[in-house]
Amino acid sequence: MANETPKRSRPLSPNIQIYRPQLTSVLSITNRITGVILSLYAVVLVAWLVAAAEGPHAYATVQVVMQSWVYQIFLFVCTFSFFLHLCGGIRHLAWDAGYGFELGAIYASGWTVVGASTALTAITWITARALAG
Amino acid sequence: MNREPMRSPLGQALGLGSAMNGLEHWWLQRVTAIALVPLTVWFAASLIAHAGNDDATFIVWLRTPTATILMVLLLIALFYHTALGLQVVIEDYVHSGMKIPALLCVRFGCFALAVAGILATMRIAFGA
Repeated sequence: MANETPKRSRPLSPNIQIYRPQLTSVLSITNRITGVILSLYAVVLVAWLVAAAEGPHAYATVQVVMQSWVYQIFLFVCTFSFFLHLCGGIRHLAWDAGYGFELGAIYASGWTVVGASTALTAITWITARALAG
Repeated sequence: MNREPMRSPLGQALGLGSAMNGLEHWWLQRVTAIALVPLTVWFAASLIAHAGNDDATFIVWLRTPTATILMVLLLIALFYHTALGLQVVIEDYVHSGMKIPALLCVRFGCFALAVAGILATMRIAFGA
């Protein structure tokens, strides 16, 4: 670091505002966004466990919050995020192992992630609703 | 540029790369990801199976040895993976003076939540 970097505001590349969204780039940033959403759910999971450990009174309070429509929407977003992150993560592990780098395979696996996540989210909620009665 | 010949080969090699621990981060993110595939699927399936149940049923389920062990493993892998993932997000997008405090908050937060979650699970498992 002998010479200082000149302080000039240059345009950053890629200039994402003018890029047409592609499945590849959208799924890439989606994997990050869903990861952040799921870390919020991780906080809820711990709150839920702590409430259950505290006893019936604390657990009942948490149950009231969990039955609110705001939480149900959050849970739905988390369910879809979970399956997107899970399927996207498996896709990433396949890439790490060296598979699926051809352009056709990348789009095929990408649409598979979208389709599988949507189907699994629907199955999860329909099953849970049916069991809850 | 002219200073390079003055440095030992080891010094030059150590100067390469950003933090010298990139592979460990990359590898542990994969290790925790692979662990989380069965653990999160088990957890999601358990939640669906217990939909609409009261707290007594949930506690009976969590007290079974399999559920207790898997829950503790889930919490360890989950918060390790979360810490590594959020770290990269902060490193990529936060360039202000908030970067280091944010990284510390993520590390401390993930560690504290993992401990709180594991202890809560233990209290449920071994409590009266």
